[in-house]
Amino acid sequence: MKPFKKVDSIITPLDKVNVDTDQIVPKQFLKLVQKSGFGKFLFYNWRFDEQENKKTDFILNNSNYDGSKILVTGDNFGCGSSREHAVWALQDYGFSVIIAPSFADIFFSNCFKNGILPISLDQKTVEKLQQEKDTIEVDLVKQIIKTSSEEIFFEMDSHKKKILLEGLDDIAQTLQFKDKIAEFEKKSKIPSVL
Amino acid sequence: MSKTLFEKIWDQHVVVEKTTGPSLIYVDRHLVHEVTSPQAFDGLRMNNRKVRRPDLTIATMDHNVPTNDRSLPILDQTSAVQIQTLEKNCRDFGIKLFDIHSPNQGIVHVIGPQLGITLPGSTIVCGDSHTSTHGAFGALAFGIGTSEVEHVLASQTLWLEKPKPFEIRVEGKRKNSHAVTAKDIILSIIKNIGTAGGNGSVIEYRGEGIEDLSMEQRMTICNMSIEAGARAGLIAPDENTYEYLRGRKYTPKNYEQLVEYWAENLKTDSDAKFEKNYTLHIDNISPQVSWGTNPGMTCDVTENIPTPEEYSKGDPNQKKGAENALQYMDLKGGTPITEIKIDRVFIGSCTNARLEDLIEASKVIKGQKISPNVRAMIVPGSQMVKKQAEEMGLDKIFINANFDWREAGCSMCLGMNPDILSPGERCASTSNRNFEGRQGTGGRTHLVSPVMAAAAAIKGHFVDVRDLDLN
Repeated sequence: MKPFKKVDSIITPLDKVNVDTDQIVPKQFLKLVQKSGFGKFLFYNWRFDEQENKKTDFILNNSNYDGSKILVTGDNFGCGSSREHAVWALQDYGFSVIIAPSFADIFFSNCFKNGILPISLDQKTVEKLQQEKDTIEVDLVKQIIKTSSEEIFFEMDSHKKKILLEGLDDIAQTLQFKDKIAEFEKKSKIPSVL
Repeated sequence: MSKTLFEKIWDQHVVVEKTTGPSLIYVDRHLVHEVTSPQAFDGLRMNNRKVRRPDLTIATMDHNVPTNDRSLPILDQTSAVQIQTLEKNCRDFGIKLFDIHSPNQGIVHVIGPQLGITLPGSTIVCGDSHTSTHGAFGALAFGIGTSEVEHVLASQTLWLEKPKPFEIRVEGKRKNSHAVTAKDIILSIIKNIGTAGGNGSVIEYRGEGIEDLSMEQRMTICNMSIEAGARAGLIAPDENTYEYLRGRKYTPKNYEQLVEYWAENLKTDSDAKFEKNYTLHIDNISPQVSWGTNPGMTCDVTENIPTPEEYSKGDPNQKKGAENALQYMDLKGGTPITEIKIDRVFIGSCTNARLEDLIEASKVIKGQKISPNVRAMIVPGSQMVKKQAEEMGLDKIFINANFDWREAGCSMCLGMNPDILSPGERCASTSNRNFEGRQGTGGRTHLVSPVMAAAAAIKGHFVDVRDLDLN
């Protein structure tokens, strides 16, 4: 995983609450067996009509936001299905920071496995950021968002911060504990299935 | 120190604990399906890793399998590739697979309990958010992403932040337990606490209204915990739980010994503290029908669809959400629920496609014909459910009423296989999500119980199933 340190970009405001992972990447695209190439399916039913033409009223089809790496959106983002394809689609499209008042649990955890930084901020601050037209800077080391007019501190769990900053391979880290895992297995009460 | 049931199961599964941050938690059962696993197995191959415990890992194919004749080839090539990929991965890594031709094939959350793989006090994960279903047995069970699937395959563990214990009490007795079902209880809960009400929590459902439920009904409740945002739902095991699992195909040999231990240990201490509490009184609740595009947008069948103003109670974001939902659903606030006409009926999914669901629906259907304007299908949750239902003659009741009787799978709950709604079609569905396009692009989903879906199939619009004579 590529380490994450800092991102400079304009923001894309997606003014919706309870955006579920079915909207982020619809089910017809979950049949692929690889991780790459999901960006073209991002928000598919909002981006394209039945003839696969771009819907002009959807924010991602507004060229002003081309190249934006920061999505600023509403409460409970990423709810519903556990599909990690949603995170793969956001990342492949080019987003590396998602800012919202709150996130659904599984989506939040999936972000950190893929080098995406999800930031929770209070409703008022999110609404203000959605109006921001200039480039903003998101600095994970300092946990600060710099806009043209202010600096906003954001909370981040130190373990999760480290994973993103170092681009750590989670599994390699865990396998360092393989003796502890084996020890646990010896005393486990739950038998094998087969 | 007093502990909740969740905290007891958690503590028994901690492999590594640090002063801050997540703990490393052991996984007793890992369920695998075709959609969220291919990239995980690829990751293992790239890093030259093995599956640590193939004996704790079970796979089936459910999400994109066709539900028509199983002797025919799968026409959708990408689905076929995904299914073949799971077959190859299970072969290469030594994992037991219930494939499309197995009599044990079915929706992963239906077959786990039916095969005795789900056990009280265990930790169960699967790359599917409805893994919460298994919590009905007093298991700590939750959905994970594909990276975590890979992590569990390689290490049989997961790093997890400890969720907060959330108590939901269900008190009282339903007046008509055939018409007001477990589905109506859980939809009422979600309507009241909201789709994010359970975020960061493990819900323990308690109280008389829960103890009265059968195991299959308890599964319906725990299944939809994720629709309230909770990581998992949990119900303390009791004699019903132990009886359900007795003598199943994979029930452990030392089962009675385990039951003794569970009966002693798997309960919340009387003075344990929950971080959140909510109580639902069910004496007077009605059958529920969702009208919007998330499961919290639900009302009683006797009510009118709320206007965005009524629904949002002054929250501008919720108001906008309701306006968008009504526009998508092509509905107007103020319309009586019973005036909503439907085109399709789907009885299926990990929420409501177990034997009891089919039995209850068949009582409504028996001797009737569905409305000529409706296409209706029944997709049993597993091949075992299908076989049991056929032995009882339920298939004939449904077929005689012009229902389509199909093979097991997730089917039109998420429409990854050919079972989908056409744009604009409106469906009474026993599934768990009414998100935009969930059952097919442009399709409109109303979540209901199996008996409400059956009643709607006959009438062609929603009706209060209590008004029908259910014998």
